[in-house]
Amino acid sequence: MELLINAIIAGLLLGGFYAAVTVGISISFGILDIVNIAHPAFIILGSYIAYIVNQTLGVDPILTAVIALPAFYALGAMIYQVYYASFEKRGQDALRGLAFFFGLLFVTEVMLILVFGVDYRYVQAGYIDKTLRFGFVDLPLRMLVPCVLSLGMLAMLQLYLSRTFTGRAIMAVSQDQGALQLMAADPIKIKRIAFAMSIATASIAGSFLIVIQPVEPSVGREYIGRVFAICVLGGLQSLPGTVIAAMLLGIVESITATFYGPSWAPAVAFGFLLLTLAFRPAGLLGR
Amino acid sequence: MRSFFFYLGSLLVGAAFFAFARWLGNDYLFFAGYTVLQFIVLATAWNILGGYCGYVNFGSAAFFAVGSYSSVALHKLGMNVDRYFPESLAGIAKLILPLNVPTLIIIGGIVSGLIGLGTGYLTLRLRGAFFAIATLALAVVLQTLIVNWDFVGGSRGAYIIRPAEVPFIGHYIQYLFLIMLVLSVVAIAVARIIEQSRLGYGFATIRDDELAAEACGVPTLKLKLVATTISGALMGMAGAPFPYYIGYLEPSSAFGLAYAVNSIAMPMIGGTTSWVGPLVGALLLGIIQQVATVTISSAVNLLIVGLLLVGFVIVAPKGIVGLVQDYMRGGARTDGTKTWRSRFAIFANMRPGAR
Amino acid sequence: MAASLLQVENVGKRFGGFVALDGINLEVAQGERVGLIGPNGSGKSTLVNCMCGTLQNETGTVQFDGHAMNGLAAHQRTHRGMARSFQLPRPFPTLSVAENLRIPLLFTAHTRSGRHLTQAESEDRCQELAGLVGLAPKLHRLPRDLTQVEMRKLELARAIAADPKLLIADESMAGLSQSEVGDIVELLIKLNERGITIIMIEHIMRAVMAFSQRLVVLVSGKKIADGKPDDVVNNPEVIGAYLGQ
Repeated sequence: MELLINAIIAGLLLGGFYAAVTVGISISFGILDIVNIAHPAFIILGSYIAYIVNQTLGVDPILTAVIALPAFYALGAMIYQVYYASFEKRGQDALRGLAFFFGLLFVTEVMLILVFGVDYRYVQAGYIDKTLRFGFVDLPLRMLVPCVLSLGMLAMLQLYLSRTFTGRAIMAVSQDQGALQLMAADPIKIKRIAFAMSIATASIAGSFLIVIQPVEPSVGREYIGRVFAICVLGGLQSLPGTVIAAMLLGIVESITATFYGPSWAPAVAFGFLLLTLAFRPAGLLGR
Repeated sequence: MRSFFFYLGSLLVGAAFFAFARWLGNDYLFFAGYTVLQFIVLATAWNILGGYCGYVNFGSAAFFAVGSYSSVALHKLGMNVDRYFPESLAGIAKLILPLNVPTLIIIGGIVSGLIGLGTGYLTLRLRGAFFAIATLALAVVLQTLIVNWDFVGGSRGAYIIRPAEVPFIGHYIQYLFLIMLVLSVVAIAVARIIEQSRLGYGFATIRDDELAAEACGVPTLKLKLVATTISGALMGMAGAPFPYYIGYLEPSSAFGLAYAVNSIAMPMIGGTTSWVGPLVGALLLGIIQQVATVTISSAVNLLIVGLLLVGFVIVAPKGIVGLVQDYMRGGARTDGTKTWRSRFAIFANMRPGAR
Repeated sequence: MAASLLQVENVGKRFGGFVALDGINLEVAQGERVGLIGPNGSGKSTLVNCMCGTLQNETGTVQFDGHAMNGLAAHQRTHRGMARSFQLPRPFPTLSVAENLRIPLLFTAHTRSGRHLTQAESEDRCQELAGLVGLAPKLHRLPRDLTQVEMRKLELARAIAADPKLLIADESMAGLSQSEVGDIVELLIKLNERGITIIMIEHIMRAVMAFSQRLVVLVSGKKIADGKPDDVVNNPEVIGAYLGQ
């Protein structure tokens, strides 16, 4: 019983982290309808940047990620420009857009392998080895800190999307580009801002990742299924939905790993995804 | 009449290469050639669903591996008949098992085809993007299942001991090479036949505008399932002889990323609208990769493929065949008289302006 | 009294909170020429989409030619004899005009006539259809080489290629010149005389009046009038909601 409760709690913490990983997709896929399957690659990139700075300068990884935010934002903006000029403008079919991002995912992973090799990388930080204990409940800090920060980040994003002009324009652009133009906002610029933001979240999520677990280049691919499973299950656009779905997935994965062994864990997310797509594509809080 | 020349031509080319490689006396060309031919099958198979219908499959590795692992499972069954069959059936089983490679190919194709059908049924009612993501999911689920299935070796892998020599032909690798050669011709023939048939037109409408296709009476779901099944089956057929080629099969090599990226990159770089595209892409990229693996390293050759994919998708979305086609169209006459350019275009099923 | 071909009963459709169709009842007899008018956004195209299966109606039923249509996919309804043209033309961009016309011949004609057409027959039919709408000279061109007007004509011809019992022409005359409008009305009347029941959705009142034996008016998802054209255009509610503008 204690094992179960700990598994559930671990799952909740994991879910909080998963929400941070997924929010970028909620924006690029849920709101902008861009299937950026390269998103996990940017997360891993964020992890490696946090790793290098941590190794050489000893800076806390999450702090590094915050500092690296503008760079990731710029990268996202640039990628959107290329994507827009090559695909959206020309009205190309989705096939080429998907192939483009797949190529990016692939190239990023291979370049990381060439530069860093396939060894697992860790970071050092004060809270990584500590665990809070309440009776039989374990709360490892390396999971608690990212979870709390992640929820904070999502809350900030939700506020931004619902309260600010740009944020609401972003939500509007997914529904009606024409109306947006009438409001004197440039839809392309709005979409670029949104996409850049989604890549920026990857920087933060990457630092969370390397705090939680050691990282090597192919880890990103495990997350593709997870992020899309959570995004779809959470109802694509809804940030609160994303959090709930992330927690759910986290719990199921945690219980599976605890009772059936970790080698089954990757299948859980993907199994989730297949089932969701087959039976409830509108997600839990369906549109 | 065109078909006759096609089959004759491929037979001659294949025979010439085979004779040349034999004359060299070195088996390397057969090993390398096998890999390239394998890619031809994978690229052509991918293109049936991806290029013709517009539905991207990221899980080519899954279908390929299903073919490989069916062979492994049947091989294990054959090697241990007494352990897995009751006495009454053991006698018959010993007569049939172990199965020869061509039979394994057919079985691998059937199993993969069924998996393609199943995946399609679950996801093809949704938008193309969801199907693509689902195929990624499928690859991981299947890999996890195989890793946990001890009968085929799980994560430790499985050894396949292959005979050294085969009657008439000689070295076993040459036998495998011939089989893969025949399979490539079959795959391309299937693609060609589809292109020229009603099915091919149906696929094109699905790619162009599914809603309008439905309104015209095209049963889009059914056709999509047909495409997924054929594509999956061909990939499984390509995978079936693989354990015999490589001798030792473990999940990370069977499900390797190289298959996913190559089966997408080759048709997209070669051109997605006709059977010529995947062939050109597979030959080009296959040969480049063989050279790069030998001279530099295998990680770098994957990088080259990835960069070429991104590059072509941005700059030359119609692929090599598309570039050639634009050149061809430049020479076509509007009154319909045939020039050598337009004859070639017809041979390659390049319709005017087809993407 | 001609047999009833299409019965739309209490059909409703919502998009989120927006009610696009609110309990529409419509009956169309075999051989009739019905005009469907109403302001933009009144639900005309949504109704067409629900009838043809592009969208599934949430409430109500659609009966066509004695069969229930609810749950049938769009292509199955086309096989039963319902054809439609799209308001914004949707030609297949990588297929030539002839090939566009050939698609319904390849996928629907055999369900209507009992066998597949031979190569020669379908080529003849494509030629004939293109000629009907004046697209014969552009038979081997791609849709991107056509003018807007020509694309509308292709759209109509492609719908006719499916050999329908019921043809729903959704604003097929927008942008045409006066004489072209007259040509299309004449074509549709000719098709009707050959036995095809036609529902025409249009804003061009001249064409609607010349064509329709019966006029139906849709406003904000509700049917507000249904009767003889002369009676309907003099209906004060119709004038207030639509015509008077």
